[in-house]
Amino acid sequence: MGETKKILEVKNLRVSYHTYAGEVKSVRGVSFSLERGKALAIVGESGCGKSVTAKSVMGLIKGPQGEIKEGSEILYNGENILHYDKKQWQSYKGGECAIVFQDALASLNPTMRVGKQIMENLIAHKHMSKEEAKQEAINMLRLVGIPEPEKRVRQYPHEFSGGMRQRVMIAIAFACDPKLLICDEPTTALDVTIQGQILDIIRDLQKKSGTSVIMITHDLGVVANIAQDIAVMYSGMIVEKGKCEDIFYTPRHPYTWALIRSVPRLDLKNKQVLDTIPGTPPDLLNPPAGCPFCTRCKYCMQICREEMPEFTDFGNGHVAACWLHHEMAPKVEMPDLRGGHHQ
Amino acid sequence: MSEEKKVLLSVSHLKKYFPVGRGATLKAVDDVSFEIYKGETLGMVGESGCGKTTCGRTCIGLYDRTDGQVLYDGKDVHTITGKDKKEFKKKVQMVFQDPYGSLDPRMTVAEIIGEGIDIHHLAKNKQERQNMIYHYLELVGLNCEHANRFVHEFSGGQRQRIGIARALAVQPEFIVLDEPISALDVSIQAQVVNLLIELQKKMGLTYLFVAHDLSMVKHISDRVAVLYLGTLVELTTSEELYVNPQHPYTQALLSAIPIPDPEVEQERDAHKIRLQGEVPSPINTAPGCKFKGRCKYATDRCGKEMPPLTDMGNQHFVACWRCAGQPKK
Repeated sequence: MGETKKILEVKNLRVSYHTYAGEVKSVRGVSFSLERGKALAIVGESGCGKSVTAKSVMGLIKGPQGEIKEGSEILYNGENILHYDKKQWQSYKGGECAIVFQDALASLNPTMRVGKQIMENLIAHKHMSKEEAKQEAINMLRLVGIPEPEKRVRQYPHEFSGGMRQRVMIAIAFACDPKLLICDEPTTALDVTIQGQILDIIRDLQKKSGTSVIMITHDLGVVANIAQDIAVMYSGMIVEKGKCEDIFYTPRHPYTWALIRSVPRLDLKNKQVLDTIPGTPPDLLNPPAGCPFCTRCKYCMQICREEMPEFTDFGNGHVAACWLHHEMAPKVEMPDLRGGHHQ
Repeated sequence: MSEEKKVLLSVSHLKKYFPVGRGATLKAVDDVSFEIYKGETLGMVGESGCGKTTCGRTCIGLYDRTDGQVLYDGKDVHTITGKDKKEFKKKVQMVFQDPYGSLDPRMTVAEIIGEGIDIHHLAKNKQERQNMIYHYLELVGLNCEHANRFVHEFSGGQRQRIGIARALAVQPEFIVLDEPISALDVSIQAQVVNLLIELQKKMGLTYLFVAHDLSMVKHISDRVAVLYLGTLVELTTSEELYVNPQHPYTQALLSAIPIPDPEVEQERDAHKIRLQGEVPSPINTAPGCKFKGRCKYATDRCGKEMPPLTDMGNQHFVACWRCAGQPKK
């Protein structure tokens, strides 16, 4: 695989937030890469550092509280964006890389017409005239499925419904044909039928424009049909990553097993006992020395508490960080991910 | 399924309208009828704004009704007074969606759980009261050390457990669970759902489970009611609902829910029903079927008359003109 195929490479990313209580180590050594035109999903529970990872890639970690640690590398087309100067940042943000946030109402400017918010980007990055930009804004709104775009460009965000606002966010993000799109829980606040519509739009636009996508979500169902690669995060680390099929059908990490087994599936029999993960995630003020999942893992061994496991490679880019795969560990069978009840 | 089922709560033609100014009315619940049997879980699903929470609250008398009747054990929920009312409030409890907003931050956990015990004089003395509080804390998976703490010291999942313990403390028969898990993380959701199922088995409780997450509702419920814009569009057993949905809205809702399995998803992708547009406003709705604007089968009749809830046999009720003419199975 040539280096140029990778649009983004994150190496050993560590991000901390300084609070009154101490240093919260939100992201603790995350590495992944994204190929051009592909979609990567980062899955995890709240507080696992998935949004912080996304914000770092977008350059949105702000000092003095937020700090990207020395030694972290975020390579965009081979260049470390952490060493960008102001001008390079300006063309990177919005022009090369765009983000869609979860809460569209909070991310849109309430005092600015929707059309103008789309035009801003076009004027800044594509150097369009106002008239051209307005036409393009109308086109973008039509593209994301907003009816009567000529009328809608003159409205304010509060006149839109939740799903429509999220469409506006996507229109803003796609306005400048970004090479890299980050979607931070784009459908979490929406109803299922609207969620389906939004996911379809993202998928269509991605296919049409060949954009690379990082999809951040806590819902495994959302990623099943959109991502080629999946990284599972827990407590600021990636515990497992690999191709979509590998993660869903042959996951290797106990956390991934539990994550898949704790969600009831619509197509399977009900009222079976769901697999729960006892306890709560560790406190990131004092992260544990060993594997972060050890306190909640039913296969926990002595070594797990003492040392963080290395990644074990299962081929085809599928890796998992778990001591169970060490040659000296007892052999553990993967539990039945469908809860023993087939369709 | 047991043959003899006792009706615990019977809702008939319930309406709840809210005046929203300028002569407009918001029809949050519009002519809904259903029954809940003793010991079962009835799931209630729908998108936001479909009136599911209002329906749950009106059923137990937290809201006054506009029209219709709710009978609990044969007594009208909205007209009972005095001793009967107090007795009713003991039998029926509610667990709220927001575990942050529904617990008083100035009370300790013991005070929160003890409040109901005091009101209904369930404990003879202080010692017994304390034992009861400890008992319910342990029942929901907390322990007695937590009794003297304040709510802000707990995580979301633990708070929801406190809310459940508070509901259980008065030994109710019937609990309305209003989106009890939607504010929680996936792994914590499973913990709370397992707890609810276990408590139901142990104490013979009846649940009305209100939620928007159809996969979770299907998992926990015996029967499921699907609401759309304040009307009941389909009511059937949870297995039947998935295998054989009849109403076009239910069909679309089911196919919109992603299944965490890439192969299954790819297969479903081809014949997914995609709803166009959004849920219209429930203010001053037009006559006829509420779903007609988004329904691909809509006919002239749908625009004029509201389809009645028709018995399709096999405990399957659908409100759609397409199904109304079909014979019973």
